[in-house]
Amino acid sequence: MNKPRLAIIPGANCAGCDYSLLDLGEKVIEVLMAVDIAYWPTAADLKLEDLEKLPDGSIDLVLFEGAVNNDETEEMAKLARRKAKNLIAFGACACFGGIPGLANVASKDGILRKAYIKSLSTVNQQGTIPCKLTRLDGIELTIPEFLESVKSLDQVVNVDYYLPGCPPPLKLVAEALTAALSGKLPPKGTVFGSMKSVCDDCKRIREDKKITEIKRYHQLIPDPERCLFEQGIICMGPATRGGCDAVCPTVNVPCRGCMGPTPGSQDQGARMLSALSSVIGLEVETGVSDEEVRKLILQVKDPLGTFYRYSLPKSIMRRVWGVRE
Amino acid sequence: MVEDEEVRIGVYICHCGLNIASVVDVKKAAEEVSKVPNVVVAKDYQFMCSQPGQNIIIEDIKQHRLNRVVVAACSPRMHEPTFQKAVERGGLNPYLFEMANIREHCSWVHEKEKVAATEKAIKLVKAAIAKARLLKPLKREKVNVIPRALVIGGGIAGIRASLDIANAGFEVHLVETRPSIGGNMARLDKTFPTLDCSQCILTPLMVEVSRHPNVTLHTYTDVVNIDGSVGNFKVKLLKKPRYVDESKCTGCGTCITKCPWTAPSEFELGLGKRKAIYFEFPQAVPLIPVIDPEHCMYFQKGTCRACEKFCPTKAIDFNQKPEEIELEVGAIILATGYSLYDVAKAMPEYGYRKYKDVITGLELERLVSATGPTKGHIVRPSDGKEPKKVAIILCVGSRDEKHLRFCCRFGCVAGIKHAYYIVSHIPDAEVYICYRDIRTFGKGYEEFYERIRNYENIKFIRGSPMEILQDADGSLYFDVFDANTNRIVTLRPDLVVLETGIVPHPTFKEVAKILKCAVGPDGFALELHPKLRPTETSVDGVFLAGAVQGPKDIPDTVAQAGAAASSVIALMSKGYVETIPYVSSINEDLCSGCGICQPLCAYDAISLVKKEDGKQVAKVDIGKCKGCGVCAAACPSGAAQQLGFNDEQILAMVRTLTR
Amino acid sequence: MVENFEPNIVVFACNWCSYAGMDLAGTSRIQYPHNLKVIRVMCSGRINPVYILEAFANGADGVLVTGCHPGDCHYISGNYKTRKRIILLERLLEQFGIEKERLRLEWVSASEGEKFANIAKEFVEQIRKLGPNHIAKELRKEVAVV
Repeated sequence: MNKPRLAIIPGANCAGCDYSLLDLGEKVIEVLMAVDIAYWPTAADLKLEDLEKLPDGSIDLVLFEGAVNNDETEEMAKLARRKAKNLIAFGACACFGGIPGLANVASKDGILRKAYIKSLSTVNQQGTIPCKLTRLDGIELTIPEFLESVKSLDQVVNVDYYLPGCPPPLKLVAEALTAALSGKLPPKGTVFGSMKSVCDDCKRIREDKKITEIKRYHQLIPDPERCLFEQGIICMGPATRGGCDAVCPTVNVPCRGCMGPTPGSQDQGARMLSALSSVIGLEVETGVSDEEVRKLILQVKDPLGTFYRYSLPKSIMRRVWGVRE
Repeated sequence: MVEDEEVRIGVYICHCGLNIASVVDVKKAAEEVSKVPNVVVAKDYQFMCSQPGQNIIIEDIKQHRLNRVVVAACSPRMHEPTFQKAVERGGLNPYLFEMANIREHCSWVHEKEKVAATEKAIKLVKAAIAKARLLKPLKREKVNVIPRALVIGGGIAGIRASLDIANAGFEVHLVETRPSIGGNMARLDKTFPTLDCSQCILTPLMVEVSRHPNVTLHTYTDVVNIDGSVGNFKVKLLKKPRYVDESKCTGCGTCITKCPWTAPSEFELGLGKRKAIYFEFPQAVPLIPVIDPEHCMYFQKGTCRACEKFCPTKAIDFNQKPEEIELEVGAIILATGYSLYDVAKAMPEYGYRKYKDVITGLELERLVSATGPTKGHIVRPSDGKEPKKVAIILCVGSRDEKHLRFCCRFGCVAGIKHAYYIVSHIPDAEVYICYRDIRTFGKGYEEFYERIRNYENIKFIRGSPMEILQDADGSLYFDVFDANTNRIVTLRPDLVVLETGIVPHPTFKEVAKILKCAVGPDGFALELHPKLRPTETSVDGVFLAGAVQGPKDIPDTVAQAGAAASSVIALMSKGYVETIPYVSSINEDLCSGCGICQPLCAYDAISLVKKEDGKQVAKVDIGKCKGCGVCAAACPSGAAQQLGFNDEQILAMVRTLTR
Repeated sequence: MVENFEPNIVVFACNWCSYAGMDLAGTSRIQYPHNLKVIRVMCSGRINPVYILEAFANGADGVLVTGCHPGDCHYISGNYKTRKRIILLERLLEQFGIEKERLRLEWVSASEGEKFANIAKEFVEQIRKLGPNHIAKELRKEVAVV
């Protein structure tokens, strides 16, 4: 019997997801023995042609890593879809745009200008900016061109499964691979992860969600036993899908939301905004002026960056609009 | 209704005579919305709210097998219940109904823009259809009401309310923290404006309530916890030890006579003394003494036991322990009353407690009372002499930004009454009333004021003293600017009476915390509506009687006590309460018990409970939930939803109106 | 200003004060622009910022949130939650590149039909000046790429 075919296809990624596979430890050998690797540029010496040559729909499981940010990654996404029997958006970037998705606060031209001209460490007197097509000594060279906005994988192609996380939690990776290799994949559209938020996984003691002062993480050494949110630290746990075993809060680091929105949520950021602003200053809210309430609430300096760190392209607004730079 | 049953919507557009039809093209609207998916019938009719109009809906539900109904007519605040009933008569759950307001929000406000109004009406109806498509049947649940009431506070408010409820045939538990019921009214000598003896009208009621077969008195008892909601409150009381066995004591008072130890009397506000074993006051109900361990030699030093020795019924029990009492009640009345504003601490300029001859109005009542520390003789506390010149200062602490912003509502007339006490006891005394305004709004108060003002030896000075000072010879004096004569008057009174402001009794703060009922900025209980629901609190089944809600004189207190009692009686006569359908609902599969929602609930309807697997989830007590949806809007995971106003329903409307 | 631009404005109103105030504008026949369309909720505290983002993403030119005056909330303190959420949401809208003037929070009591009509007029004018919200169109373009 033929071994199932597996391909791991990168988009705009950082290879962190690959490391999460290596976290399987010795089990990774079992996995590698059990499958036939069709493509995995990080680990296997296979070329794109090898992948393209395979018949469409012939790869049992494709893990697509990273967001879709340029015409190359878009092409890779489409290729992944064509070749895949089952396509998994693997990691926060593929699922919701992730950290590369934060590029959506700027414009495509603005990013290039910043990187190639305006940054302090750059000397570029001609003001050269990469462009899609360059002719050099009669040879045409092309490089990928940015899309207008960074996208999640499912904003480009249909996706069968989602495995969020930055990087995806080992437990869920194992669960997904086991399911795929044993032919017992759940219904399409399933997100590997908990139905509940990170708080369900978190062992910290929750007593009272009333907070009056928001503290930046560097301003205190948090009590290791108590809920971080209740200590005034913005922890995205309540608005973020669990399944990660709350690894960050467990080591005294607030959740930043890499598992994306919960199943009942339409927009991770807006939900967190509502939750947080509702409980700030609960005890004083009735007795203070509008100005004082503003002060209280605007302790949250950067709602977009804080609440949409991993999910901006997949949010209702998708990006910042009308940016000139 | 089956979950995935095909949605079949009937849409009815009302002309409201010409109210809608003269502006909105109702035919066109009906035609437009008939094209919307899931709309099976769309009709327009003259008056949808009329019997024939309602019958169209009822018929169509049967004929077209409708499972959702949308009526576009007036405001849902007007006819939503009418149509819900019609839908129910048609055999559908009444909440599978949605209304579009195309009269108040459209035809009446866009009278001259017929085309735009028609378009808007169509949009509004489409939005209602979008929501209707997602409606689910809702129900009102019946919760039985335990026919037993708890009344907290044994003053005139609590006594009156208890009697009213008991007389209607329901069981009442009346709790009082002091050893006797009676409250502040028991301290008064006379009540204004009729000047009838306070004790004479109060004590019969005290006795009546104590003997009433439906009333159980819990004196010297505190409320320590209340759980549950309207209809089913679980109450925990703590009965403090009297060290006297109530079942044996006959109230003969021998123990008191024999007790060699004394302490300042709480009831006499420190003006008189009581024994270490004492009656709260001579007419106390129940007439059972208490031992005050702080002043009892046996408790302090282990010797004496005089009371025990002389008690003819062997009722003294030094080993008595606090006793926990658990009760289940259907409704609660808060009648915790008031305390005097702490003038000694907050307003040292008046020298209260610093100078012996500066007393409060309530203390004067004790001096005048025949059962009081001076047997009814008005004397100066400093030297026991009759005062010949008395200053009465009104609004002490009241109507003062720095202290209490509100009017105490009885200080003026009490002050006038106190002036009368003095001139009637000491005919040659001179009385000066320092006032800001005289407020005599109650029945007969103005007439009473008129009468007293005619006394030649009672003078009214319009102004408040800045500071009360003491001369080297010990006499008191102060300057006051009289705005009536534009002169500074210097007074050297023998006695100063302060008509102090009042604050909620400290027990209210405790009880409010336990019940989580709303407290106003002044610290008094916040009524549900200042005009229309003055006896109700934010907690269903908890009612207010008397000064717990705000300063009140006796007639207002008694009136409110009656109103609170009748609310309780109404609740119990009906026997059940119905929950509202639009409550919050938590999807336990999605809830991680993060706890965001819990402190947001103004009604304490949400609790965090541990499930069998040790995981936490939020739970809504639908008996307490009022259906505001604050929790649902704040829920970071979308686990909390408001039934009838869930995210998908509202978002469907948003999308329809914006696309 | 765009010619013939008719702003599309979504209004959220609490059942007890604001919706009743709007009803009163109706019964008093106070005329105001037709651009506002009301969604009724029981309390302004029910309004999730998600709804407002969704409205803008779908092409609302303005969103008006109304509730009982502070201290008058039918549900004691729901409107205080609204006030806090809107402040942070305004900041977020600015970050998203949506003029915060497109979102407005107003307290309208059941007796303030006239006040509501004035707010309606003023707000429609304000949105007219801001011009149409193009985000929905752009968003649709993005979605169309799939």
